[in-house]
Amino acid sequence: MPDKLEDFRTEIAEWIAANLPEELRGQPRNEDTICWGGRKWQFRSQAQKDWLERCHARGLTCPRWPVEYGGGGMSRDEEKILRDEMNRAGAPSPLESFGIWMLGPALLKFGTDAQKAEHLPEITAGRIRWCQGYSEPGAGSDLANVQTRAEDMGDHWLVNGQKIWTSYADKADKIFALVRTDREAPKHLGISFMLIDMETPGVTTRPIRLISGASPFCETFFDNVKVPKEGAIVGEMNRGWDVAKYLLTHEREMIGGGGGGLIAGTTLSEAIGDMDMVAGADPVIRAQAMELEVDTLAFGLTMERYKDIAESGAGVGHASAMLKYYGTELNKRRQEIVMSARGSDALDWSEGLAAPWLRSKANSIEGGTSEVMLDIISKRVLELPSK
Amino acid sequence: MERLVDTEDEVMLRDAARGFLDENAPVSAFRANRDAGRAFDPGLWREMAQMGWAGVLIGEEHGGADMGHRAAGILAEEMGRTLAASPFLSSAVIAASALRAAGSERLSQIAEGAALYALAVDEGPKHAPDLTAMEARPEGNGFRLSGRKVFVADGASADRVLVLARSGEGDEGLTLFDIEADRAGLARGAADSIDARDFATLEFEDVEATGDDVVGEVGGGLAALAPGLRAGQAALAAELSGLTAGISAITLGYLKERTQFDRAIGSFQALQHRAAHLFAEIEVTTSAVAHAGRVLDQAPEDAQLAVSVAKARATQTAKLAVMEGVQMHGGIGMTDDYDAGFFMKRARVGAEWLGDYGHHAAIVAAMRGL
Repeated sequence: MPDKLEDFRTEIAEWIAANLPEELRGQPRNEDTICWGGRKWQFRSQAQKDWLERCHARGLTCPRWPVEYGGGGMSRDEEKILRDEMNRAGAPSPLESFGIWMLGPALLKFGTDAQKAEHLPEITAGRIRWCQGYSEPGAGSDLANVQTRAEDMGDHWLVNGQKIWTSYADKADKIFALVRTDREAPKHLGISFMLIDMETPGVTTRPIRLISGASPFCETFFDNVKVPKEGAIVGEMNRGWDVAKYLLTHEREMIGGGGGGLIAGTTLSEAIGDMDMVAGADPVIRAQAMELEVDTLAFGLTMERYKDIAESGAGVGHASAMLKYYGTELNKRRQEIVMSARGSDALDWSEGLAAPWLRSKANSIEGGTSEVMLDIISKRVLELPSK
Repeated sequence: MERLVDTEDEVMLRDAARGFLDENAPVSAFRANRDAGRAFDPGLWREMAQMGWAGVLIGEEHGGADMGHRAAGILAEEMGRTLAASPFLSSAVIAASALRAAGSERLSQIAEGAALYALAVDEGPKHAPDLTAMEARPEGNGFRLSGRKVFVADGASADRVLVLARSGEGDEGLTLFDIEADRAGLARGAADSIDARDFATLEFEDVEATGDDVVGEVGGGLAALAPGLRAGQAALAAELSGLTAGISAITLGYLKERTQFDRAIGSFQALQHRAAHLFAEIEVTTSAVAHAGRVLDQAPEDAQLAVSVAKARATQTAKLAVMEGVQMHGGIGMTDDYDAGFFMKRARVGAEWLGDYGHHAAIVAAMRGL
């Protein structure tokens, strides 16, 4: 078995060497270099397009998915080797999307064969870009308080309502959304997980400008949107909460499994610059930076340990809420210390420090607030009583 | 790199250690020792030695079990959980690691549990080996040692002492000696330590030391001591991690059973979130402690960063756990009849021993360019 894996490693390394366009090698991962795909996607370069197509043909955009849907059919060990070799070669991810992270896993677990056959190949090829419609103005941490409603009109659903914090909704082709299909049922039970084409008449989006100046999120409005019934609902009708819950857990385990961007690419020392220059006269900043460095190194090891646990098959379960909580709070601390160490220099937008500092404030809100994570830990992991 | 989760062998070792300690060295045994004015139970140490714990870091050629630093950490974690007092860290970890690196003949006595060692390095209230002032004055073919060592763990009960003294100027002027504890001119006074363990002050007055007593090279004391210090710091971090697990388990149990205002106090969100935060800190520290053991086993020369991260984290997390432990227990946590205070006092001693938080955070910062 190990020999077979070593053969696989050699094969993958050779494949990367032969197919990775030189100009993509070692490219930093940021909003300007990520490939999101979709109908509206404009490739940044021919190399980006070639890399996506070659990886897709080899099943590398979704390595663990079944081959019949354009996946790689790989085992956990093979995927790890692929990741190692991609990192070693400085290869960028060929494709990222909410389809890969969220809808795909939901369809693989809850979808019908027809739904899988319709949507998964479009995701692996990067032809359709999905966005996620969960939150509403009245449904933040209380996510099950979904008010967007879908009425049964015989051959179609009639959808009315509003979603908020839909990432990149203005650039997405389709949305997977939680909608209320039974207004009489208790709030967790009347929700369905629905697939809607963003080009359907009545769907409009409006970007939300954040305090960081960027607009990665949108408001999305549904005004008498007619959704054909065929294949519209994933999983059982009125049991969309099960799908959503599965995905939330999956998302947090992914944070534990892959890093999830919780640890910044640059070291604290690089981000701060010459400590003696910026903080020489300020022992408080220096002490805070030292403490942060200790915690950051230990947290990095914890992500590795949780990955080991996940890969051993034991499962991390609800404890993954800890990674989300700790990693995001750590990043907020880091951004505060960098801003503080760089003083007034950091206050000019053009220095590029203020935007990530402000953006980091959302880390402990999006994907479940820190307070929700602490609730999950205390109730599900520590099993503290509810009364 | 070995994974950070326990291997099958390590799970077995941990289970065996836990079973043994729960039966033979629960916190009530520590209390009995404390009440009897006894720093540790020699009978218990003999049993530990029979199980191979005294030789955990000693090669099989000297009768050791040679299980490695991660295994030593697992044993220390389990001892920390029940506050089991023993000469384990001083003899089986610190002395064994330093003497093994130096190729000493005395390893087999340590592995048997027959020779108890103490490390005499500190001279002031903070750990700073490079500032050692104790004099090693050359005389004839040997030295005369004069000066004072404080906070010497297991110093009153030890058979032999590893002592760092100044034979010349600067970092290259320190020499490590291995001498018997009853040598003429060496006076030992037991301190009344808050954790009820053996800490002693050692007064050296013209104590004779020969070339045979030197560990490693003359002037190479810091290098000779380094393997022992690193191993001790990692194992102490592991003990603190176990101590943290011990007090946290007690506190969680209390949150579930204690009622106030007609409900379990653990149902109050104010306490739930603090307990959950403590869980997160514990998880992060656990990883650092496991990692330090792994690096010591695989690349000991490069282990200082990993060891210092572990010791710094373990110190802070233990402090949080014992403070939350007492606070969440309320008044009963302040009583001597309850065990929480024992954990708090040992955590404070462990925080200072072999370098405090600031000492290790400074090492981390320097190695990381901060």
